[in-house]
Amino acid sequence: MTEMTKIVKTIANILFPFTMIFGLYVIAHGHLTPGGGFQGGAVVASGCALLLVAYGSRWVFTRIKEKRLATFESMGAIGFITIALLGIFFSMVFFGNFLAGSTLLFGTAPETGSTVADLNTGGVLPLMNFAVGVKVIAGLFVIVLIMAYASSIKEWYQ
Amino acid sequence: MEKRMVAAVLAFTIVAVFFFFSVFFMHPFGEPGQVSMDDRIIQNTQNETGTNNGVTSVVFDYRGFDTLGEATILFSAVAGVIMIFRRVKE
Repeated sequence: MTEMTKIVKTIANILFPFTMIFGLYVIAHGHLTPGGGFQGGAVVASGCALLLVAYGSRWVFTRIKEKRLATFESMGAIGFITIALLGIFFSMVFFGNFLAGSTLLFGTAPETGSTVADLNTGGVLPLMNFAVGVKVIAGLFVIVLIMAYASSIKEWYQ
Repeated sequence: MEKRMVAAVLAFTIVAVFFFFSVFFMHPFGEPGQVSMDDRIIQNTQNETGTNNGVTSVVFDYRGFDTLGEATILFSAVAGVIMIFRRVKE
């Protein structure tokens, strides 16, 4: 994928930060608003794909190595399964929500019924949202990046 | 060639008939048949998981195994893409 004109690059420069902010907002507020780790990660990864379309796969590939992204993807998976396994030790259930109702991080219990959203609720759900978000960002971006790189190898040699 | 066309039209007709019948026998909107599980989750999700968002509590807490399977699918997809498109030495 070769780089595109200056118009596309300028529009991508303007849109990229807003895409990042919106995706990270969806990930961080996954336990309060619609969306979560998967959806926000897909938004952020599509913003990175916009960068890839505008600037070309060679420009991106000289700055980000796919092994680093694959490491982030594995770290997200390990964090997710670690939080799930910690539920066995603290609440005797796989995927047990051991932080809900406690006075630790994210431990505030909301009142029943429609209440004002509080970011400090949800137990382990915000942590799981974060882990899945990191995993989906790195996973989708590395898929798009490697496919674009592989399809543009022939163009370079000509 | 003629036989292939006849078979294609026949298959299309059968599938279309099934689709039309499934539309006629669909549930009316807003009237689900079995609501006991929905009511239990809606009433208990704020006490049990401490979350205001019921959908996230189902996805990450009540049905955590499903999310684990999705994460496994994404991991295997990334592993397969990296394996197929890996760099070869010139």
